Amino acid sequence: MTEQTTEAVAEELHDVRLTVNGASYDVRVPARRLLSDALRHDIGLTGTHVGCEHGVCGACTILLDGAPTRSCLLLTVSADGREVTTVEGLTERDGSLGPVQQAFKDCHGLQCGFCTPGFLTTITAGLRDNPDPSEAEARDMIGGNLCRCTGYANIVAAVLRAAELGAEAEPA
Amino acid sequence: MKPAPFSYLRPTTLAEALAAYADNADAKVLAGGQSLVPLLSMRLAAPDMLIDINRIAELDFVRADENGVTFGALARHAVLEKDETARRAQPLLSKALRLVAHPTIRNQGTTLGSIVHADAAAEMPMVLVLLGGTVTAESARGSRTISAGDLYVGPLESSLESGEIATQAWVPALAADTGTAIDEVSRRHGDYALCGVAALVGVGQDGAVRSARAGYLSVTETPATVDLSEAFGDGTLSPANLAAAADIAMAAIDPETDIHATADYRRHLAGVLTRRVIAAAHGDALARTKGVAA
Ligand SMILES: Cc1cc2nc3c(=O)[nH]c(=O)nc-3n(C[C@H](O)[C@H](O)[C@H](O)COP(=O)(O)OP(=O)(O)OC[C@H]3O[C@@H](n4cnc5c(N)ncnc54)[C@H](O)[C@@H]3O)c2cc1C
Ligand code: FES
Ligand code: FES
Repeated sequence: MTEQTTEAVAEELHDVRLTVNGASYDVRVPARRLLSDALRHDIGLTGTHVGCEHGVCGACTILLDGAPTRSCLLLTVSADGREVTTVEGLTERDGSLGPVQQAFKDCHGLQCGFCTPGFLTTITAGLRDNPDPSEAEARDMIGGNLCRCTGYANIVAAVLRAAELGAEAEPA
Repeated sequence: MKPAPFSYLRPTTLAEALAAYADNADAKVLAGGQSLVPLLSMRLAAPDMLIDINRIAELDFVRADENGVTFGALARHAVLEKDETARRAQPLLSKALRLVAHPTIRNQGTTLGSIVHADAAAEMPMVLVLLGGTVTAESARGSRTISAGDLYVGPLESSLESGEIATQAWVPALAADTGTAIDEVSRRHGDYALCGVAALVGVGQDGAVRSARAGYLSVTETPATVDLSEAFGDGTLSPANLAAAADIAMAAIDPETDIHATADYRRHLAGVLTRRVIAAAHGDALARTKGVAA
């Protein structure tokens, strides 16, 4: 028992600097700290949800330098110096909902909401790459995220609605 | 669950990484982490040390020329998939990469990491074997080139030794008279396939089949290829020839039953997919030879 305690205390800590939603955070973490846990426990941003913790469900998806990434499959130390966007970073500066969030609200794209943060980040990046998706492309965009409540139909509708909102906000 | 403790090193040069690996036989290499981090979290792997290769800039490249495509250990699935010159030199790479997991996983996962992870259910190990590619392994002792045929020794087991880092892989360019195709059946798009088949079909100037070879995933212990040329003695894609090719394939594989599918169903899929991809690869070969002639 004492030996175990000593080992826990002796675990090496690493200083890591992350930019999360535009703000800089310094954390001291063991190498085994998953980024999903650092965001939730060390930084206190609990919007990122952890479902399966092995890459399958997509609830923990964040944007790493803009690219959708599973935060449960990334060590916090590995992310040192990089830019992270979580669901909290998708709201507008005045605190109102961003276009993808608004579309989920309009289309009833969530029920329990557990999966929603991962869908919002994934779709935000997806629409940046393809601002005007067909319904099939919208379905493909969310193919890596699981939802146990909605049956997906309203999430697909929300992707298409978010594309419309995006087009209204930025007339070509 | 959370990973067990380990020490962590993030070298910026290959030499530094190899020196650290030589000193610690229980270390593991961390590339994209898309297979290793789940294993750590489930405590199926508990290495003493992780050597994170993600900041070794010299490993981050994709190069293609008329001989083939070479990609470094940090070439992400998503980058290789979209590389125009690589796609032109060897189109099967991007066709297969589109079937590897979901785009989000492909953003981080490396193709070489997948190749050395040696999962017989994964697309890229099979593609490397089908194309006859190679992997370069470096250690503090030196460098060696491993042919795809010598890389896979058992389920999830490659012939890489402790202390060796795979630095790059090479696949040959596609010959002008050859076409490729890949198809698979999975429960959901992006999941590991219940069965997958890729094919290379070579044609003569008259468009007749001269050679046909196929690679199989999820139906053998290690990535497997089967030569189907003998089924096409008269060079045509007649139903009888395609059925003969499917029979050769179904006899050569050794699928297992698990919660996702029975062995019989997997064998059936191997037959159906063989017929489908041979026909598609033949169509591709005809289009390519016409394109070259035009
Ligand atoms: C939800 C999900 C679905 C997936 N679906 C598929 C799928 O359908 N098809 C598929 O093929 N894959 C799939 N994958 C796995 C994915 O392709 C991984 O990216 C790949 O298997 C490993 O590459 P990596 O860079 O992430 O390697 P890591 O996870 O970092 O490493 C994997 C293993 O290889 C070793 N390793 C890695 N690079 C090197 C190197 N350069 N030298 C020596 N050793 C090295 C590591 O030590 C470790 O043992 C899926 C993954 C997830 C999470
Ligand atoms: S919690 Fe990360 S993918 Fe499920
Ligand atoms: S809304 Fe409940 S899991 Fe998606």
